[in-house]
Amino acid sequence: MEKEERSLKTVFRTVTRKLAPDYVNCKSCGRRAVRKVWQENMNICPFCGRYQAMSADQRLSLIFDPGSRQDFNSDAGVRDPLNFPGYSEKAKKLEKKTGLKESAVTAFGRINGIKVVAVVLDTRFFMGSMSSRVGEKVTRAVETADREKLPLIIFAASGGARMQEGIHSLMQMAKTSSAVQEFSENGGLYISCLTHPTTGGVTASFATLGDITLAEPGALIGFAGPRVIEQTIGVKLPKGFQRAEYLHKHGFVDRIVKRQELKEVLYDILKLHEDSRGAFTEDILKGGSR
Amino acid sequence: MIRESLMEVGRINMRMEELRSKGRAEDDQEMLDLSMEKARMLRPCVNLTAEDKVFLARKIERPHIDDFIKALFTDFFEQRGDHLYDDDPAIYGGIARFHGIPVSVVGHRKGHTAEENVAYNFGMAKPEGYRKALRIMDQAEKFGRPIITFIDTPGAFPGIDAEEHGQGEAIARNMARMSSYHVPVISIVTGEGSSGGALALGVCNRLLMLEYAVYSVLSPEGFASILWKDSSRHAEACEIMKLTADDIREAHVADEVIPEPLGGGQENPRRLYGSMDMAIEKNLSALMAMSPGELLRDRRRKFRGMQ
Repeated sequence: MEKEERSLKTVFRTVTRKLAPDYVNCKSCGRRAVRKVWQENMNICPFCGRYQAMSADQRLSLIFDPGSRQDFNSDAGVRDPLNFPGYSEKAKKLEKKTGLKESAVTAFGRINGIKVVAVVLDTRFFMGSMSSRVGEKVTRAVETADREKLPLIIFAASGGARMQEGIHSLMQMAKTSSAVQEFSENGGLYISCLTHPTTGGVTASFATLGDITLAEPGALIGFAGPRVIEQTIGVKLPKGFQRAEYLHKHGFVDRIVKRQELKEVLYDILKLHEDSRGAFTEDILKGGSR
Repeated sequence: MIRESLMEVGRINMRMEELRSKGRAEDDQEMLDLSMEKARMLRPCVNLTAEDKVFLARKIERPHIDDFIKALFTDFFEQRGDHLYDDDPAIYGGIARFHGIPVSVVGHRKGHTAEENVAYNFGMAKPEGYRKALRIMDQAEKFGRPIITFIDTPGAFPGIDAEEHGQGEAIARNMARMSSYHVPVISIVTGEGSSGGALALGVCNRLLMLEYAVYSVLSPEGFASILWKDSSRHAEACEIMKLTADDIREAHVADEVIPEPLGGGQENPRRLYGSMDMAIEKNLSALMAMSPGELLRDRRRKFRGMQ
């Protein structure tokens, strides 16, 4: 009898949940809004203004001209070099849930007509952590931008290294940094946009090597996690520590950019570099100064 | 666990040292007994678990960069500070000669006593330390000197000022710049090589590891606490992380493992220095036969191939 009652309750709950409009609860103020309103507001809470994570798809539609997106290396899925218990299974589950094969999405696209290569890390997949495949995809995106003489834009969002891949994950820091260095030596423009949260091995590699570094309001950006720091030094952390505004003040971020302005700011930066690409670089090469 | 037997070995070593300093003939029998006892106590060290190796890698008696510089180099000239903001004692290095050749040498600094370790911050560098290392290495590139780095750190220092001064940027910049040098770069993991704090000195042409050194994405404690929210599962983490020198060579990250005396380098430092000297000499002469362009391409290819 009791069992039946409970199962009836479960059925009732499931049905009502399905019939009710799809709500999203804000993770900071707790208030809820209909998902559609939420998404139209670019995942910014309509009540408190706090930025919530964007999926890779949302991010790319925010900055790319409609119809200009063209993904590459999209079928590279998770590797399991250490045969880590439960890792492959979890990856499969996440793939089913998010439709992503890895936490990095790489694509060509146009920003008000200017063609670029973009990389977005999606936190729904293992917290956007850097696996060997993510490192490979980022590296290939950098190489593609280099080869095709296109500007590179990377949206970082990551918990850091992918623990389940051990040393293989760590080495991606060197691989991606080396690729960015070569791209930079060849005169490539790299705009790094730090979004919530950018930490660990991603902060300590390609994310902080941009020519221009942008950040989203309120994003947590740092190498060590706040909890680790608090435990290590036993001191309460200052207000706003490791937030985008804090880094801006300490000179590691050029500008904090609201989502509403993101595309235009990117376009302005791209425009400022447009001429240096062809004429200036070519001149240096012809002059043989290197 | 070899902890107990190694503690016993430590006691035997002290007693032997005491007898040796007295130099009396009547102690010969005790000396003989002690050395046999020591050999017996070291026997379990033939088969070490990953956890044992982590223990050895962190042992305070283990030779560190100061010892290596004294034993393997001559004419050492220490360079201090990043010349931007501060001097970080967790990084130690400068110019020296190796077999007569001028080289730049730099690495994490750990001590042999608690006081030294506090002074060197246990080898946990701040951005100033990485920028000091970068300054030393940039000069090596300028003057065409080979670079030799010694890696031994629990990780980059997690602190407020370290974050404010750009810990992430400092590590990233080191890796990016190291990838662009035209001189030979040899890195040797001599103790614990944990996280980006280790790799910031490790973008090299040849990566060597001492037999009982470990190299990993994070300390086993940190790993267990992130993945399982339980830092006490340390032993399990050590096994699963595949962090021993042999594992790292099998993963094609390390090029060579330098053998250590039974029970670890501290048991016979002179033999360890001999093996290290041979390994560095061999790799350095191979690299010095390459042109600057080849050295750059060789290093880029090495890290491009990291899967």
